[in-house]
Amino acid sequence: MIQVVLKIEDLKKNYGKAEILKGISLEVKKGETKVIIGPSGTGKSTLLACVNRLVEPDHGRVLLEGEEITSRNAHKMRQKIGYVFQDFNLFNHLTALDNVRIGLIKVQKLSKEEATQIALEQLSKVGLSEKASLYPSQLSGGQKQRVAIARALAMRPKLMLFDEPTSALDPELIGEVLSVMIDLARSGMTMLVVTHELGFARTVADEIIFMENGLIVEQGPPALIFSNPQKDRTRQFLRKLTELYGEERIK
Amino acid sequence: MSFWQIILLSMPKLLSGLTVTLYMTVFAASVGLFFGIVLCLGRVYGNKFARLLSSGFIELIRGTPMLVQLFILYYGLPVYGIRLTPLVAALIGFSINSAAYQAEYLRGSIQSIGTGQMKAALSIGMKKWQAVRCIILPQALRRVIPAWTNEFIYLLKYTSMAYIIGAPEMMAQAKFIASRNFEFFKVYLLTAAVYLSIVWVLSFVFSHLEKRLRIPGMVVTER
Repeated sequence: MIQVVLKIEDLKKNYGKAEILKGISLEVKKGETKVIIGPSGTGKSTLLACVNRLVEPDHGRVLLEGEEITSRNAHKMRQKIGYVFQDFNLFNHLTALDNVRIGLIKVQKLSKEEATQIALEQLSKVGLSEKASLYPSQLSGGQKQRVAIARALAMRPKLMLFDEPTSALDPELIGEVLSVMIDLARSGMTMLVVTHELGFARTVADEIIFMENGLIVEQGPPALIFSNPQKDRTRQFLRKLTELYGEERIK
Repeated sequence: MSFWQIILLSMPKLLSGLTVTLYMTVFAASVGLFFGIVLCLGRVYGNKFARLLSSGFIELIRGTPMLVQLFILYYGLPVYGIRLTPLVAALIGFSINSAAYQAEYLRGSIQSIGTGQMKAALSIGMKKWQAVRCIILPQALRRVIPAWTNEFIYLLKYTSMAYIIGAPEMMAQAKFIASRNFEFFKVYLLTAAVYLSIVWVLSFVFSHLEKRLRIPGMVVTER
């Protein structure tokens, strides 16, 4: 049986009168990578934030491996969900190593030795063993994001959420982050990724979800979405991205 | 009298006053730091009740002159049978005053950190107060050191007000000496010089502390 890791049911969120999410339902199965695309301001980031309760949804349910995430158990459930932010959010007062191991020590209560070992392992996986003793300000954007990924992975999550992980990066730094993410997807991690990197989506996504105005407009395998989208809006959006970034980034 | 004579004559008393001044300053700054942190966290992260209580207290203290507060403590409370010595009244007054100001300095510092740090801390499974303790405060307290230096210097000088309610601090001693030998100018000038030199030492100590605790890139201090 294929296990459903993440199940989102009819999620709604309003900010005042603005409806940001108008009823989103989706599933991510074990080992799958799903990529959410769509114009900015359509609620993609809010959707991710609602999954681990960084934003409290107004309606709907989120289940991780069958267990509902509520505001009450959020801090426990978040340990099982890795979250990678657009602007990295590394802890500024901690070295790369401490950034990765603080959760292990403070949250999972591992011994310092054990935590250090796991943290160094994760740092080496993202290719940053030599930067372990540096502070965030001494790292490039791409390095910061890789440390942030290592920090999330160190907690041994069941699911990884990526909120536009490369949007704040200089173009020449995007590749190093994407390649870490591609490796991760291929290693069998379950991932839900908001991104404009269609090349990444084409390479590893099992499904593309096109969102607009708080709703899922269309979803399907990348081959279908990219070559023959069913909805006009999807077609228009993809054409726009192609014009912006050029054909080669998308292929 | 020559200036040297004045120095020789006044120094023992001034220095005994200085110990009281320094004691009051360090005491009020430390107690103020502790309650300042409590008040600030109450105001920023507390529930509705804690927010209201902290804000109310801070606004009350900041909104009234320190001298009025000292008078209420020293002259007002005895009406209800609570008699404080001048020193105790001054210690309490300066402490609560400093707590209110330090709470506000720290609040500004916390707000300059940005919400991303808190979100990231929560995202790895920390509880709110754990995130405050492990992630927010270590950064906020570092950033608040320059403001805290200021507060310490203010406090040192404000303690001179305690002479009005009769606490035996340096200013009180100076006034006592001067009113005996009528060398007002020289005695007060000497007193000013002592305050100034202490402020210099404090500035030096705090800038050293700031450098020792500095983390690359966290605070813009490169000159």
